[in-house]
Amino acid sequence: MTNKVMCLAVPVRVISKEGDAAETEIAGVRRLVSIALTPEVKVGDYVLLHTGYAIGIVDEAEAKETLKLLEEIVSLSEAHR
Amino acid sequence: MKLIDEYQNSALARKLAIRIANRSAKPIRLMEFCGGHTHAIMRYGIRQLLPETVEMRAGPGCPVCVTATADLDKAIAMAHLAGVIITTFGDMMRVPGSHSSLQQTRAEGADIRVIYSAMDAVEIARSNPQKSVILIGIGFETTAPTIAASTIKAQKEGIENFYVLSLLKLSPPVMKAILELGEVRLDGIICPGHVSVIIGSYPYEFIPKNHNVGCVISGFEPLDILLCIDRLVEQIESGQPKVEIAYRRGVKPEGNEKALELMGEVFEIAQANWRGIGVVPQSGLRVSQKYEHFDADNLFRLNLKPTGEPKGCRCGEILRGIATPPECGLFGKVCTPEKPIGPCMVSSEGACAAYYKYGGISYE
Ligand code: SF4
Repeated sequence: MTNKVMCLAVPVRVISKEGDAAETEIAGVRRLVSIALTPEVKVGDYVLLHTGYAIGIVDEAEAKETLKLLEEIVSLSEAHR
Repeated sequence: MKLIDEYQNSALARKLAIRIANRSAKPIRLMEFCGGHTHAIMRYGIRQLLPETVEMRAGPGCPVCVTATADLDKAIAMAHLAGVIITTFGDMMRVPGSHSSLQQTRAEGADIRVIYSAMDAVEIARSNPQKSVILIGIGFETTAPTIAASTIKAQKEGIENFYVLSLLKLSPPVMKAILELGEVRLDGIICPGHVSVIIGSYPYEFIPKNHNVGCVISGFEPLDILLCIDRLVEQIESGQPKVEIAYRRGVKPEGNEKALELMGEVFEIAQANWRGIGVVPQSGLRVSQKYEHFDADNLFRLNLKPTGEPKGCRCGEILRGIATPPECGLFGKVCTPEKPIGPCMVSSEGACAAYYKYGGISYE
Protein backbone atom coordinates (compact mmCIF):
# COMPACT_ATOMS: atom_id res chain seq x y z
CA MET A 1 0.00 0.00 0.00
CA THR A 2 1.87 3.04 -1.19
CA ASN A 3 0.74 6.56 -0.68
CA LYS A 4 0.57 7.66 -4.27
CA VAL A 5 -2.52 9.77 -3.77
CA MET A 6 -1.88 12.20 -0.93
CA CYS A 7 -5.37 12.56 0.47
CA LEU A 8 -6.23 8.92 0.02
CA ALA A 9 -7.40 7.00 3.04
CA VAL A 10 -8.36 3.34 2.96
CA PRO A 11 -10.52 1.38 5.39
CA VAL A 12 -8.56 -1.17 7.44
CA ARG A 13 -9.75 -3.29 10.36
CA VAL A 14 -8.21 -2.98 13.80
CA ILE A 15 -7.19 -6.38 15.17
CA SER A 16 -5.41 -5.28 18.33
CA LYS A 17 -4.35 -2.07 20.03
CA GLU A 18 -1.73 -1.03 22.53
CA GLY A 19 -1.07 2.53 23.64
CA ASP A 20 -1.35 4.77 20.61
CA ALA A 21 -0.59 2.00 18.11
CA ALA A 22 -2.91 -0.56 16.55
CA GLU A 23 -2.36 -3.58 14.39
CA THR A 24 -4.66 -3.46 11.37
CA GLU A 25 -5.51 -5.82 8.57
CA ILE A 26 -6.97 -5.48 5.10
CA ALA A 27 -7.05 -8.19 2.43
CA GLY A 28 -4.43 -10.16 4.34
CA VAL A 29 -2.04 -7.21 4.65
CA ARG A 30 -1.13 -6.32 8.22
CA ARG A 31 0.13 -2.93 9.21
CA LEU A 32 0.93 -1.15 12.44
CA VAL A 33 -0.78 2.25 12.48
CA SER A 34 -0.93 5.15 14.91
CA ILE A 35 -4.24 5.77 16.63
CA ALA A 36 -3.10 9.05 18.18
CA LEU A 37 -5.92 10.77 16.25
CA THR A 38 -8.56 8.12 17.05
CA PRO A 39 -7.80 6.97 20.62
CA GLU A 40 -11.37 5.79 21.15
CA VAL A 41 -11.13 3.10 18.45
CA LYS A 42 -12.12 -0.45 19.43
CA VAL A 43 -10.79 -3.80 18.25
CA GLY A 44 -12.95 -4.88 15.29
CA ASP A 45 -13.59 -1.30 14.10
CA TYR A 46 -12.66 -0.17 10.63
CA VAL A 47 -10.53 2.95 10.49
CA LEU A 48 -9.54 5.21 7.60
CA LEU A 49 -5.79 4.88 7.20
CA HIS A 50 -3.89 7.88 5.86
CA THR A 51 -0.07 8.14 5.88
CA GLY A 52 0.32 5.74 8.81
CA TYR A 53 -2.44 7.29 10.92
CA ALA A 54 -6.00 6.21 11.54
CA ILE A 55 -7.71 9.55 10.82
CA GLY A 56 -11.28 8.44 11.45
CA ILE A 57 -13.41 5.50 12.48
CA VAL A 58 -15.75 4.09 9.83
CA ASP A 59 -19.34 4.04 10.96
CA GLU A 60 -20.54 0.66 9.71
CA ALA A 61 -24.20 1.38 10.44
CA GLU A 62 -23.97 4.49 8.24
CA ALA A 63 -22.16 2.46 5.58
CA LYS A 64 -25.16 0.09 5.42
CA GLU A 65 -27.60 3.02 5.47
CA THR A 66 -25.93 4.64 2.47
CA LEU A 67 -26.13 1.40 0.48
CA LYS A 68 -29.78 1.08 1.41
CA LEU A 69 -30.41 4.68 0.39
CA LEU A 70 -28.69 4.05 -2.95
CA GLU A 71 -30.88 1.02 -3.66
CA GLU A 72 -33.95 2.97 -2.64
CA ILE A 73 -33.44 6.08 -4.74
CA VAL A 74 -32.58 3.97 -7.76
CA SER A 75 -35.69 1.80 -7.44
CA LEU A 76 -37.78 4.91 -6.76
CA SER A 77 -36.71 6.58 -9.97
CA GLU A 78 -37.23 3.31 -11.90
CA ALA A 79 -40.78 3.06 -10.56
CA HIS A 80 -41.43 6.63 -11.73
CA ARG A 81 -40.53 5.99 -15.32
CA MET B 1 -12.49 -5.49 -0.07
CA LYS B 2 -15.04 -4.69 2.56
CA LEU B 3 -16.35 -1.11 2.58
CA ILE B 4 -14.93 -0.59 -0.89
CA ASP B 5 -16.38 -3.19 -3.25
CA GLU B 6 -19.98 -2.47 -2.28
CA TYR B 7 -19.53 1.09 -3.51
CA GLN B 8 -18.19 -0.01 -6.89
CA ASN B 9 -21.30 -1.87 -8.08
CA SER B 10 -21.40 -0.85 -11.73
CA ALA B 11 -25.03 -1.88 -12.38
CA LEU B 12 -26.14 0.38 -9.56
CA ALA B 13 -23.83 3.12 -10.83
CA ARG B 14 -25.43 3.03 -14.25
CA LYS B 15 -28.91 3.22 -12.74
CA LEU B 16 -27.87 6.13 -10.60
CA ALA B 17 -26.48 7.88 -13.66
CA ILE B 18 -29.84 7.41 -15.44
CA ARG B 19 -31.61 8.91 -12.44
CA ILE B 20 -29.25 11.90 -12.53
CA ALA B 21 -29.88 12.34 -16.27
CA ASN B 22 -33.64 12.22 -15.74
CA ARG B 23 -33.55 14.88 -13.08
CA SER B 24 -30.93 17.26 -14.37
CA ALA B 25 -32.73 19.84 -16.50
CA LYS B 26 -30.57 22.95 -16.49
CA PRO B 27 -26.90 22.95 -17.45
CA ILE B 28 -24.71 23.05 -14.36
CA ARG B 29 -21.03 23.11 -13.56
CA LEU B 30 -19.67 21.25 -10.53
CA MET B 31 -16.18 21.53 -9.14
CA GLU B 32 -14.57 18.54 -7.52
CA PHE B 33 -12.25 20.25 -5.08
CA CYS B 34 -10.14 17.22 -4.30
CA GLY B 35 -7.54 15.72 -6.63
CA GLY B 36 -8.48 12.30 -5.29
CA HIS B 37 -11.97 12.88 -6.70
CA THR B 38 -10.57 13.99 -10.08
CA HIS B 39 -8.56 10.80 -10.12
CA ALA B 40 -11.58 8.62 -9.27
CA ILE B 41 -13.89 10.45 -11.72
CA MET B 42 -11.43 9.85 -14.57
CA ARG B 43 -10.54 6.32 -13.48
CA TYR B 44 -14.14 5.13 -13.35
CA GLY B 45 -15.24 7.09 -16.41
CA ILE B 46 -17.85 8.99 -14.41
CA ARG B 47 -17.80 11.96 -16.78
CA GLN B 48 -18.93 9.67 -19.58
CA LEU B 49 -21.80 8.41 -17.44
CA LEU B 50 -23.13 11.89 -16.77
CA PRO B 51 -25.66 13.73 -18.93
CA GLU B 52 -24.53 16.68 -21.05
CA THR B 53 -26.13 19.05 -18.59
CA VAL B 54 -23.54 18.23 -15.91
CA GLU B 55 -20.07 19.63 -16.45
CA MET B 56 -17.24 18.70 -14.11
CA ARG B 57 -14.25 20.89 -13.31
CA ALA B 58 -11.17 19.95 -11.33
CA GLY B 59 -10.23 22.26 -8.47
CA PRO B 60 -7.21 23.15 -6.38
CA GLY B 61 -7.26 20.08 -4.11
CA CYS B 62 -3.96 18.51 -5.09
CA PRO B 63 -1.36 19.22 -2.40
CA VAL B 64 1.63 18.78 -4.68
CA CYS B 65 0.09 20.89 -7.46
CA VAL B 66 -0.78 23.87 -5.29
CA THR B 67 2.67 24.07 -3.71
CA ALA B 68 4.08 27.38 -4.94
CA THR B 69 7.30 27.24 -6.93
CA ALA B 70 8.86 29.61 -4.37
CA ASP B 71 8.11 27.12 -1.58
CA LEU B 72 9.47 24.21 -3.57
CA ASP B 73 12.61 26.24 -4.28
CA LYS B 74 12.92 26.80 -0.54
CA ALA B 75 12.74 23.05 0.12
CA ILE B 76 15.38 22.43 -2.54
CA ALA B 77 17.61 25.13 -1.05
CA MET B 78 17.27 23.48 2.39
CA ALA B 79 18.36 20.19 0.84
CA HIS B 80 21.64 21.87 -0.14
CA LEU B 81 22.45 22.88 3.45
CA ALA B 82 25.19 20.90 5.16
CA GLY B 83 24.06 18.32 7.71
CA VAL B 84 20.45 18.30 6.54
CA ILE B 85 18.26 15.33 5.62
CA ILE B 86 15.09 16.25 3.73
CA THR B 87 12.11 13.93 4.09
CA THR B 88 9.17 14.23 1.73
CA PHE B 89 6.08 12.48 0.44
CA GLY B 90 6.83 10.81 -2.90
CA ASP B 91 4.97 12.86 -5.46
CA MET B 92 6.92 15.95 -4.49
CA MET B 93 10.20 14.52 -5.82
CA ARG B 94 9.62 15.08 -9.52
CA VAL B 95 7.95 18.50 -9.45
CA PRO B 96 10.11 20.96 -11.37
CA GLY B 97 11.11 23.98 -9.28
CA SER B 98 12.53 27.14 -10.88
CA HIS B 99 15.96 25.67 -11.36
CA SER B 100 15.82 22.03 -10.28
CA SER B 101 13.66 19.36 -8.63
CA LEU B 102 14.13 17.43 -5.40
CA GLN B 103 14.91 14.37 -7.50
CA GLN B 104 17.65 16.19 -9.41
CA THR B 105 18.97 17.63 -6.16
CA ARG B 106 19.19 14.13 -4.71
CA ALA B 107 21.02 12.90 -7.81
CA GLU B 108 23.50 15.70 -7.19
CA GLY B 109 24.23 14.26 -3.75
CA ALA B 110 21.75 15.82 -1.32
CA ASP B 111 20.25 13.49 1.30
CA ILE B 112 16.54 13.44 0.40
CA ARG B 113 14.35 10.57 1.53
CA VAL B 114 10.84 9.63 0.50
CA ILE B 115 8.61 8.78 3.43
CA TYR B 116 5.19 7.19 3.73
CA SER B 117 4.27 8.79 7.04
CA ALA B 118 5.34 11.85 9.05
CA MET B 119 6.28 9.32 11.75
CA ASP B 120 9.01 7.99 9.44
CA ALA B 121 10.64 11.42 9.47
CA VAL B 122 10.71 11.37 13.28
CA GLU B 123 12.32 7.92 13.17
CA ILE B 124 14.94 9.13 10.69
CA ALA B 125 15.69 12.01 13.09
CA ARG B 126 16.02 9.55 15.97
CA SER B 127 18.51 7.39 14.12
CA ASN B 128 20.51 10.34 12.74
CA PRO B 129 21.11 12.52 15.82
CA GLN B 130 24.02 14.33 14.09
CA LYS B 131 21.75 15.54 11.28
CA SER B 132 18.89 18.04 11.04
CA VAL B 133 15.89 16.22 9.62
CA ILE B 134 13.39 18.48 7.85
CA LEU B 135 9.94 17.22 6.90
CA ILE B 136 8.48 18.98 3.86
CA GLY B 137 4.97 19.27 5.23
CA ILE B 138 2.62 19.39 2.28
CA GLY B 139 -1.05 18.51 2.40
CA PHE B 140 -4.46 19.66 3.51
CA GLU B 141 -6.45 19.10 6.70
CA THR B 142 -6.23 15.34 6.09
CA THR B 143 -2.47 15.32 6.53
CA ALA B 144 -1.97 18.25 8.93
CA PRO B 145 -3.09 16.32 12.05
CA THR B 146 -0.71 13.47 11.23
CA ILE B 147 2.18 15.94 11.07
CA ALA B 148 0.95 17.54 14.30
CA ALA B 149 0.81 14.16 16.04
CA SER B 150 4.33 13.32 14.84
CA THR B 151 5.63 16.66 16.06
CA ILE B 152 4.06 16.11 19.47
CA LYS B 153 5.65 12.65 19.55
CA ALA B 154 9.06 14.17 18.75
CA GLN B 155 8.53 16.71 21.52
CA LYS B 156 7.53 14.07 24.08
CA GLU B 157 10.45 11.84 23.20
CA GLY B 158 12.97 14.69 23.27
CA ILE B 159 13.93 14.44 19.61
CA GLU B 160 15.51 17.81 18.95
CA ASN B 161 16.75 17.44 15.39
CA PHE B 162 13.33 17.10 13.74
CA TYR B 163 11.89 20.12 11.90
CA VAL B 164 8.81 20.85 9.86
CA LEU B 165 8.67 23.12 6.83
CA SER B 166 4.95 23.71 6.91
CA LEU B 167 3.41 24.21 3.49
CA LEU B 168 0.09 22.89 4.82
CA LYS B 169 -3.06 24.36 3.34
CA LEU B 170 -6.70 24.72 4.30
CA SER B 171 -9.59 23.84 2.02
CA PRO B 172 -12.54 26.13 2.88
CA PRO B 173 -10.50 29.38 2.63
CA VAL B 174 -9.29 28.55 -0.88
CA MET B 175 -12.84 27.63 -1.92
CA LYS B 176 -13.79 31.09 -0.73
CA ALA B 177 -10.93 32.63 -2.72
CA ILE B 178 -12.01 30.84 -5.91
CA LEU B 179 -15.64 31.82 -5.45
CA GLU B 180 -14.63 35.42 -4.78
CA LEU B 181 -12.35 35.52 -7.83
CA GLY B 182 -15.50 34.72 -9.78
CA GLU B 183 -13.58 33.55 -12.85
CA VAL B 184 -15.63 30.40 -13.14
CA ARG B 185 -19.35 30.10 -12.49
CA LEU B 186 -19.99 27.16 -10.18
CA ASP B 187 -23.33 25.65 -9.20
CA GLY B 188 -22.04 23.07 -6.78
CA ILE B 189 -18.93 21.81 -5.05
CA ILE B 190 -18.03 18.18 -4.44
CA CYS B 191 -16.37 18.65 -1.06
CA PRO B 192 -13.32 16.57 -0.14
CA GLY B 193 -14.12 13.40 1.81
CA HIS B 194 -10.98 12.89 3.84
CA VAL B 195 -10.43 16.56 4.60
CA SER B 196 -13.99 16.48 5.94
CA VAL B 197 -13.30 13.42 8.11
CA ILE B 198 -11.14 15.88 10.05
CA ILE B 199 -12.97 19.23 9.74
CA GLY B 200 -16.56 17.98 9.50
CA SER B 201 -19.26 19.78 7.52
CA TYR B 202 -19.70 23.06 9.43
CA PRO B 203 -16.75 24.94 7.85
CA TYR B 204 -18.51 24.82 4.45
CA GLU B 205 -21.70 26.51 5.68
CA PHE B 206 -20.66 29.93 4.34
CA ILE B 207 -20.66 28.58 0.78
CA PRO B 208 -24.41 28.05 0.30
CA LYS B 209 -25.13 30.98 2.62
CA ASN B 210 -22.91 33.64 1.02
CA HIS B 211 -22.41 32.26 -2.46
CA ASN B 212 -25.58 30.32 -3.14
CA VAL B 213 -23.54 27.28 -4.18
CA GLY B 214 -24.36 23.75 -3.03
CA CYS B 215 -21.83 21.64 -1.14
CA VAL B 216 -21.93 17.87 -0.83
CA ILE B 217 -19.16 15.91 0.89
CA SER B 218 -18.31 12.78 -1.06
CA GLY B 219 -16.42 9.53 -0.60
CA PHE B 220 -14.09 8.20 -3.28
CA GLU B 221 -15.80 5.16 -4.76
CA PRO B 222 -17.91 5.54 -7.92
CA LEU B 223 -21.23 5.17 -6.10
CA ASP B 224 -20.14 7.76 -3.51
CA ILE B 225 -19.39 10.28 -6.24
CA LEU B 226 -22.58 9.58 -8.17
CA LEU B 227 -24.65 9.87 -5.00
CA CYS B 228 -22.95 13.20 -4.32
CA ILE B 229 -23.73 14.45 -7.84
CA ASP B 230 -27.32 13.26 -7.43
CA ARG B 231 -27.65 15.31 -4.23
CA LEU B 232 -26.12 18.37 -5.91
CA VAL B 233 -28.48 18.09 -8.90
CA GLU B 234 -31.38 17.80 -6.47
CA GLN B 235 -30.25 20.92 -4.56
CA ILE B 236 -29.72 22.95 -7.73
CA GLU B 237 -32.99 21.89 -9.39
CA SER B 238 -34.93 22.73 -6.23
CA GLY B 239 -33.05 26.01 -5.79
CA GLN B 240 -31.98 25.10 -2.26
CA PRO B 241 -28.21 24.94 -1.95
CA LYS B 242 -26.94 23.61 1.37
CA VAL B 243 -24.20 21.51 2.95
CA GLU B 244 -24.87 17.78 2.86
CA ILE B 245 -22.78 14.76 3.79
CA ALA B 246 -22.99 11.96 1.23
CA TYR B 247 -20.05 10.18 2.91
CA ARG B 248 -21.71 9.43 6.21
CA ARG B 249 -19.67 6.36 7.01
CA GLY B 250 -16.60 8.56 7.31
CA VAL B 251 -17.73 12.10 8.06
CA LYS B 252 -19.46 13.51 11.14
CA PRO B 253 -20.70 17.13 11.10
CA GLU B 254 -18.27 18.02 13.88
CA GLY B 255 -15.31 16.21 12.27
CA ASN B 256 -12.58 14.50 14.28
CA GLU B 257 -12.25 16.59 17.43
CA LYS B 258 -9.07 14.91 18.64
CA ALA B 259 -7.36 15.55 15.31
CA LEU B 260 -8.52 19.18 15.30
CA GLU B 261 -7.21 19.61 18.83
CA LEU B 262 -3.72 18.30 17.96
CA MET B 263 -3.67 20.36 14.77
CA GLY B 264 -4.55 23.48 16.75
CA GLU B 265 -1.86 22.68 19.30
CA VAL B 266 1.03 22.51 16.83
CA PHE B 267 -0.12 24.88 14.10
CA GLU B 268 -1.74 28.26 13.75
CA ILE B 269 -3.62 29.71 10.82
CA ALA B 270 -1.56 31.90 8.51
CA GLN B 271 -1.53 33.08 4.93
CA ALA B 272 -0.35 30.61 2.31
CA ASN B 273 1.04 30.89 -1.18
CA TRP B 274 -0.89 28.81 -3.75
CA ARG B 275 0.42 28.04 -7.21
CA GLY B 276 -1.76 29.78 -9.74
CA ILE B 277 -3.79 31.60 -7.14
CA GLY B 278 -1.19 33.50 -5.14
CA VAL B 279 -1.17 34.40 -1.46
CA VAL B 280 -4.53 33.69 0.16
CA PRO B 281 -5.10 35.03 3.67
CA GLN B 282 -5.77 32.50 6.42
CA SER B 283 -5.51 29.58 4.02
CA GLY B 284 -2.53 27.79 5.49
CA LEU B 285 -0.91 26.55 8.67
CA ARG B 286 2.38 27.61 10.18
CA VAL B 287 4.09 26.12 13.21
CA SER B 288 2.75 27.78 16.36
CA GLN B 289 4.94 29.71 18.79
CA LYS B 290 4.74 26.93 21.34
CA TYR B 291 6.41 24.58 18.86
CA GLU B 292 8.71 27.14 17.20
CA HIS B 293 11.78 25.02 17.88
CA PHE B 294 10.35 22.63 15.24
CA ASP B 295 9.78 25.37 12.67
CA ALA B 296 12.19 24.89 9.76
CA ASP B 297 11.01 28.12 8.13
CA ASN B 298 12.14 30.06 11.15
CA LEU B 299 15.38 28.22 11.84
CA PHE B 300 16.89 27.75 8.40
CA ARG B 301 17.11 31.18 6.82
CA LEU B 302 17.88 31.17 3.12
CA ASN B 303 18.75 33.56 0.35
CA LEU B 304 16.60 32.63 -2.59
CA LYS B 305 16.74 33.65 -6.23
CA PRO B 306 13.48 34.89 -7.70
CA THR B 307 11.34 32.10 -9.07
CA GLY B 308 10.13 31.28 -12.53
CA GLU B 309 7.13 29.22 -13.63
CA PRO B 310 7.44 26.54 -16.32
CA LYS B 311 6.81 28.22 -19.72
CA GLY B 312 3.47 27.42 -21.31
CA CYS B 313 2.19 25.41 -18.32
CA ARG B 314 -1.44 26.23 -17.48
CA CYS B 315 -1.51 24.44 -14.11
CA GLY B 316 -2.44 27.67 -12.36
CA GLU B 317 -5.56 28.09 -14.48
CA ILE B 318 -6.45 24.43 -14.07
CA LEU B 319 -6.20 24.77 -10.29
CA ARG B 320 -8.55 27.77 -10.42
CA GLY B 321 -11.03 25.76 -12.48
CA ILE B 322 -10.88 28.07 -15.50
CA ALA B 323 -9.12 25.65 -17.85
CA THR B 324 -9.13 21.89 -18.38
CA PRO B 325 -5.95 19.89 -19.11
CA PRO B 326 -6.62 19.30 -22.84
CA GLU B 327 -6.78 23.09 -23.28
CA CYS B 328 -3.06 23.28 -22.46
CA GLY B 329 -0.99 23.28 -25.65
CA LEU B 330 1.67 21.11 -24.02
CA PHE B 331 -0.74 18.45 -22.73
CA GLY B 332 0.14 14.97 -23.92
CA LYS B 333 2.59 16.29 -26.51
CA VAL B 334 5.43 17.97 -24.68
CA CYS B 335 4.11 17.28 -21.19
CA THR B 336 3.52 13.65 -20.17
CA PRO B 337 3.80 11.76 -16.87
CA GLU B 338 7.22 10.52 -18.01
CA LYS B 339 8.45 14.04 -18.78
CA PRO B 340 6.20 16.38 -16.80
CA ILE B 341 6.47 20.13 -17.31
CA GLY B 342 4.18 21.16 -14.45
CA PRO B 343 3.06 19.66 -11.14
CA CYS B 344 -0.45 18.87 -12.43
CA MET B 345 1.16 16.19 -14.59
CA VAL B 346 3.49 14.90 -11.86
CA SER B 347 1.15 14.15 -9.03
CA SER B 348 -1.20 11.21 -9.34
CA GLU B 349 -3.82 13.58 -7.93
CA GLY B 350 -3.06 16.20 -10.55
CA ALA B 351 -5.79 16.85 -13.11
CA CYS B 352 -3.38 16.60 -16.08
CA ALA B 353 -2.09 13.20 -14.92
CA ALA B 354 -5.63 11.91 -14.38
CA TYR B 355 -6.79 13.13 -17.81
CA TYR B 356 -3.70 11.69 -19.45
CA LYS B 357 -3.96 8.32 -17.77
CA TYR B 358 -7.70 7.75 -17.96
CA GLY B 359 -8.94 10.14 -20.66
CA GLY B 360 -11.59 8.39 -22.72
CA ILE B 361 -11.97 5.32 -20.54
CA SER B 362 -15.55 4.39 -19.72
CA TYR B 363 -16.83 2.54 -16.70
CA GLU B 364 -17.52 -1.07 -17.65
S1 SF4 C 1 -0.31 19.54 -19.35
FE1 SF4 C 1 1.66 19.89 -18.32
S2 SF4 C 1 2.29 21.91 -18.97
FE2 SF4 C 1 0.09 21.74 -19.42
S3 SF4 C 1 -0.94 22.55 -17.58
FE3 SF4 C 1 -0.72 20.34 -17.30
S4 SF4 C 1 1.19 20.12 -16.16
FE4 SF4 C 1 1.21 22.19 -17.02
